[in-house]
Order: sequence, then structure tokens, then C-alpha cells
Amino acid sequence: MASGEEDGTVEEKETNNKKRTKGTIATAWLTFYNIAMTAGWLVLAVAMVRYYLQKGTHKGLYRNIARTLKFFQTFALLEVGHCAIGIVRTSVIVTGVQVCSRIFMVWFVTNSIRQIQNEESVILFVVVWTITEITRYSFYTFNLLNHLPYFIKWARYNMFIVMYPLGVIGELLTIHASLPYVRRSGMYSLRLPNKYNVSFDYYYFLIIVMLSYIPCKNSTHNKTS
Amino acid sequence: MDTLALEATQPKKAQNGAVAAAPGPPTPAKRKPAKKTKKAVVFFEVEILDAKTKDKLCFLDKVGKILPSFSLHGKSLKDEDVLQHLPVGTTATFYFRDLGAQISWVTVFLTEYAGPLLIYLMFYFRVPFIYAPKYDFTTSKHWVVHLACMCHSFHYVKRLLETLFVHRFSHGTMPLRNIFKNCTYYWGFAAWMAYYINHPLYTPPTYGEQQIRLALTVFLFCQIGNFSIHIALRNLRPPGSKTRKIPYPTKNPFTWIFLLVSCPNYTYELGSWLGFTLMTQCLPVAFFTLVGFIQMTVWAKGKHRSYLKEFRDYPTLRSPILPFIL
Repeated sequence: MASGEEDGTVEEKETNNKKRTKGTIATAWLTFYNIAMTAGWLVLAVAMVRYYLQKGTHKGLYRNIARTLKFFQTFALLEVGHCAIGIVRTSVIVTGVQVCSRIFMVWFVTNSIRQIQNEESVILFVVVWTITEITRYSFYTFNLLNHLPYFIKWARYNMFIVMYPLGVIGELLTIHASLPYVRRSGMYSLRLPNKYNVSFDYYYFLIIVMLSYIPCKNSTHNKTS
Repeated sequence: MDTLALEATQPKKAQNGAVAAAPGPPTPAKRKPAKKTKKAVVFFEVEILDAKTKDKLCFLDKVGKILPSFSLHGKSLKDEDVLQHLPVGTTATFYFRDLGAQISWVTVFLTEYAGPLLIYLMFYFRVPFIYAPKYDFTTSKHWVVHLACMCHSFHYVKRLLETLFVHRFSHGTMPLRNIFKNCTYYWGFAAWMAYYINHPLYTPPTYGEQQIRLALTVFLFCQIGNFSIHIALRNLRPPGSKTRKIPYPTKNPFTWIFLLVSCPNYTYELGSWLGFTLMTQCLPVAFFTLVGFIQMTVWAKGKHRSYLKEFRDYPTLRSPILPFIL
């Protein structure tokens, strides 16, 4: 029937409009998000350079930038959401694993175990992360604005060859340095007997985490972001 | 190379290859199976090509009734399909898919269930090198630990016996890597649970005898239920066949749950493990129950969906695994 056909096309137009507005909102949000994250990590980079130039040492540097680092790294959890709702075409699990590994380092290792905060390995992985994230977020930003400078693209696909292993080394050394303090303090651990009949030893957990770097850091990471 | 599935008896898994079949004298596609007394016999010429390179691997100039176990036009054929009865013209192209190393379902089940049975017992008897040496070969002073061992062992013995005598499997085999994956899961969790339940520092349930009695009742009820469902499903399918029918409640009250659920075997399995969790009050057991529940829900949803697809008159009241909920 003629009226039925008209209704059909009107509905189609409405859903197409809805899709387009959703697309524009998503793009706008993602652009804002990536600009904000680029700015955040840049702030971090500047703060680290200033500290080092002023004090001449890396001791106390982590304390100085800790809050900014925790904020922006934690904010990255949103990226899992982006994948989940589909505005970013990456696997939720892969992004989730990457972000969780970062969150784990920041909150459950460097933040909780104060004695290792002045270790060189901490500076190593923080510097690596800063460079990587600035490159990554600016790459996404420029992509969304359809103006990708060649050097950003080059950086994105080439720097990781050096940055990635350095980052892994920094993280592993940091966890390794924290082991004696974890063992002595018994932190995050649960001993028997208890009414839930379970135990957890953070010390051995950290060792397992270190061992898992071998298979995990060799697989998905190399393929994405 | 016994892999060319062109004997009329038992087709094995085939190599990569394509079969182009051209029947000799053209015959109309018949839907009825050919009677033995028929005089006119149809022979096919079968050309086997490699799926990728299209090289001619082999040519068979007189093939009788053949049972290919490979795909036609993208959809997998069943073992029982007969070339004569397939909707093809005078030529057909079949594609082989190498399914990789296979292992029989029965073997996998027996291995993955024997593990937990033995591993748990090792912890129960406090075999050396697990707990401190002063506890070697001692027994727990808590009677619930003995009860838990009996229940756990009963559960896996039941599973082993069902695998041998009850289940009728649709597929003969599964990929070989499954046995490593499955055994890691079952054996790993069994060791983790058994370690804590049989630990010298084990704490019995907070609400004592009441809690244990209730848990045992739930566990036994669900074990019987699970077994009843397995028997009911077995009776749906005559021996040696692969027929598929909608399961319905039988005279056994434990099967009345079929009114509400598509896969009550999983429902009862969840119930059993909830009972065991309550009985032992052990967090690793709760975790194992949760992971198992997630996996079984995935399976139940898949099974429910295929029931709905296959049977137009499938009862609408049924949920996949939890009545009205999931």
C-alpha cells in the first residue's frame, strides 16, 4: 500500500539520522578523550623533565608525579568501555588485558610498595609509558581529525620496537625489586585458617605474574594499539 | 593415507581436497533410499582435487554409494548423507576440510574425570610433599571432610560410569588440543579445591551440622536429578542412531523440570556444586562452581537455540538453564 511504503522510508530516514548523530557524538567524544589523554601524558612528561632538571636526581620523582600518573592511567579504563559499546573497533578482552596490566603496575605495585618508588626501573617504565601514550593518543586524535602527520604515524609503528621491550624490562625489574618487601610485610595475603578455607600469597602471585610476562607480552600486545 | 572418505562403511577424516563427482548414467535425484532389489545401479565418477591448488589428486571411475563426510556448498554434510540423495546435478564439487588431529570423546571424558577422582584422593590421604611432613598420611579430624571426599568421589565415579554406559555421543571425536585444555581445567581445579578441603587447618562450616545436612540433601537430590536427565536423554535416542528429538518429562519426577528448562542436566549439575560449596564452605569450590556455571550457561543457550531452530513446535515455556531466568 502506498501509505505503508511512505512510512517505511520515513522510518528508514529516521534510523539513518539516528545512526549519523550517534556517529558524530561518538567521534566528538573520542576526539575529546584522545586530546585530553595526549595533554595529560604531555603534562606528565613536562613534570618529569622539570623535576629532573631542578633536582638533578630521579629520587622523589615518582612521588612528585604519582597523582597525575594514577589519574590518567586509571582514566584509560574508559577505553574498555569504548570497545564494549562499539565506538572503537578493538576487542574488549585485548584492551581490557592491556589496561588491567597497567592499572596493576600503578596501583598494586608502585603505589602500594613505597620502598621501591625510587628505583631506576620505575623511572624506566614511566618514561617508556609516557612516550608511548603520547604517541598513541596523538595518533588517534589526528586520525579522528583526518590529518595524520607522517612522523606520528612513523612513531606509532616504529617506536614500540624499542619502547616495548624497555617497558617490559622496567616493569619486571620493579616487580622483582618489590618482592623482598612483599614477603616481609605479608601484604595483600590471606593465611589459613579462615572460615572461607582459602589462602592467597601475594609474594608467589607476583612471581607468577612475572613468569606470565613471557607468554602474555609476546602475544596480543604485538598485534594491537 | 586412509583419509579419503569414500568407502561406503565408516568415513574417516579427510585430507584437503575437493571431490568433483559426475554420475555415469544420468539419474533423477531420488528422495527415497534405493531398494536392494533395484536392478539399475548408479555409478559415479569421482575426481578428487586439492581444495587450494585444484591439482587432481585421484580419479575414481566407478564409485557406488558413497558417504562423504565433508562439506557441500559451504554446509557440512553428515556422516549418513548419501551422494545419490544430495541436491546436486550431474556434477558436484566437494571440499574436504582437515579437522586436524582428533581424539574420541570417550577418551577425553574418561581422562578428564579420572584425574579429579585420583587427585582429590591424593590430597585426602595427605600423600607426602603436599602438606607439612608431620601431617603425611594423617586423616582430618572433621567428619565433613570425609563426607566431602565421599561426595566428590561419588560424583566423578558417576561421571565415569555414565561416560561408559549411559551417554550416546553425536560426534565420535573432538580436536586433540581439547584434551589438554579440559584436563588442565578439571585437574587444576580439583587440586586447588582438594588442597583446602583436606588441609590440616581446614575450618568446618559456620552453621555446623545443619548446614552440612542441608548441603548433602541438595547435593544428593541434584545427583539423582542429573542422572535421571542423562537416562531420559539416552532413551530419546535408539542405540547406534543419531536421531534428535525434543526431550519431554517422563514418569520420573526428576525429569519434570523439562517443562521449564531445556538443559536440566546443567541445572542439576549447578545444584550439585552449590551443595558441595555449602558443604565445604570453601571459596575455591565456589569459584569452580561459578566458572562451571558460566560455561554451562553458554552451552545451554547454544543447545536451546538449536532446539528452537530445529523444532517448530518447541515448548515456549522453557528457558535454557534456569527456569524463567536464564
